[in-house]
Amino acid sequence: MSAIALERPRARAVAVRRAVARATLFLLVLAGLWGLWEGYRWLWMREHWSWPFLVDDTSMPHLHKIFAALWAHARPGDVGPRLITILVKAAAFTAKEAAVGFALGAVLGFALGVVLAHFRVLQRGFLPWVVASQTVPILVVAPMVVVWLNPKLPTRFQDWGAVAVIAAYLTFFPVTINTIRGLQSADRRALELMRSYAAGNWRILWKLRVPAALPYIFAALKVSATASVVGAIIGELPSSIQDGLGGQIINYSQYYTTQPTGLWATNVIAAALGISFFLVVLIAERIVVRRAPENVA
Amino acid sequence: MTVVQIKDLTKRFGETTALQGIDLEIEPGEFVSLIGPSGCGKSTLLRIIGDLIEPTSGSSTVNGKPARQARIDRDYGIVFQDAVLYDWRTVAKNIALPLELARWDRRRRAAKVREMVDLVELTGFENHYPWQLSGGMQQRVSIARALSFDPALLLMDEPFGALDEMTRERMNMELLRIWEASGSTVVFVTHSISEAAFLSTRVVVMSPRPGRISGVISIDLPQPRTATTREEPHFFELVTEVREALHLGHDMERTPA
Repeated sequence: MSAIALERPRARAVAVRRAVARATLFLLVLAGLWGLWEGYRWLWMREHWSWPFLVDDTSMPHLHKIFAALWAHARPGDVGPRLITILVKAAAFTAKEAAVGFALGAVLGFALGVVLAHFRVLQRGFLPWVVASQTVPILVVAPMVVVWLNPKLPTRFQDWGAVAVIAAYLTFFPVTINTIRGLQSADRRALELMRSYAAGNWRILWKLRVPAALPYIFAALKVSATASVVGAIIGELPSSIQDGLGGQIINYSQYYTTQPTGLWATNVIAAALGISFFLVVLIAERIVVRRAPENVA
Repeated sequence: MTVVQIKDLTKRFGETTALQGIDLEIEPGEFVSLIGPSGCGKSTLLRIIGDLIEPTSGSSTVNGKPARQARIDRDYGIVFQDAVLYDWRTVAKNIALPLELARWDRRRRAAKVREMVDLVELTGFENHYPWQLSGGMQQRVSIARALSFDPALLLMDEPFGALDEMTRERMNMELLRIWEASGSTVVFVTHSISEAAFLSTRVVVMSPRPGRISGVISIDLPQPRTATTREEPHFFELVTEVREALHLGHDMERTPA
């Protein structure tokens, strides 16, 4: 026991060193990417290369100008709110749609996975249709969902509720596929063990199959987390919702030729939203999934 | 009452006859090893006793009940070659798994887990995860889990087969100590002659194609057995006897009846 107690401070030192190393690496990669962007821009502009596209201040503005645009006032004349305030507000609105869509999609995707994993016949019959549902472009489905669903939604969920459903549509598929795979990943011996304890299917599901599937499910949730943000933004376009990032993208794409930094800044915020969704899932995974270090993805 | 009773049991997998005409009775407190070359059906026999697979014909009872009923009543605990611990559960929670399934309340569970951790001498490791333990320690957790609900019968399928020789001998000693402390009946599958001779009160020698019992040898070494038991001349005589029975079974296979 004393040996374990002695190891604690050292373990903390190792953890701190590892965190510092990770942060350094992150900053180095960021600097590298920044350099790549600016280097590419500089070289293409100097040589006037037009392949694959002509580089100028519109197609590739300076990165520092994009970030400067975030801090600048959205309207000319140094009045009104800063662009970042507007975009963060829009991102919060989109985040609500994406989060509800993500939760909805994750729960439905998991439930569908459990059902399909337990009934092989259903799996054979249904899985092709589940796959087919994802081959339909979301841009085609989104307006239909809005038109069908919106009139039926209670006032509280009007408009954004339909967008959440579109986000859920993009979320559920990876979760279903990985849940099926994960539930079937339980060790054969572990299943025999459960049989020896005379455990029923329901308890085998919760005590063995679901815990065994968690790494698979979390791998899917990471994909879905970012997909749900994309789904929410795309869902906003046909529903003519102005409050979210989708509305801002429409807005700034109209000004792209004169003020390209606005659209780029919107991209940055949208990416940040996607990353923060991803990180939330990552942290949840760290808390929930207990596995041997070599088995953690 | 007889713990395990097998009568005229046959098991076929398609065209292959895995077991034929098996008759075996195991009394309370016995330690019976099933030994034989690969393919003699010793693991299959163990699984039939545990109702993990069903025999083609014949019967197998545990504590006088059909195998299926005995399984439902949790009359036996089982230990496999791999510890089969759940990665996401600590040592204590792994041991508590069968107790959770038997719907023991939290307090009773905790008390029993403490007792089992003491029995397999893993005190201080309750909150470790399986992957933080050595192979021998993992197997001790597995044994504690199998014994946690006080089953009358302990089924062990080559439990130390994956361990190195040194650890294996130490685990053999541990197992004998646990067997004496728990008073349960053990059916132990192995392909190690010396392990079978050292542990058992009776060694059942099996031969393959079709799997059958080719000899039963009583091991009359005094109890409790110690490290020096392995050095006694009588131990070597018994090892030789088991070895000869194994070879005899092998020869029987070659000469057509």
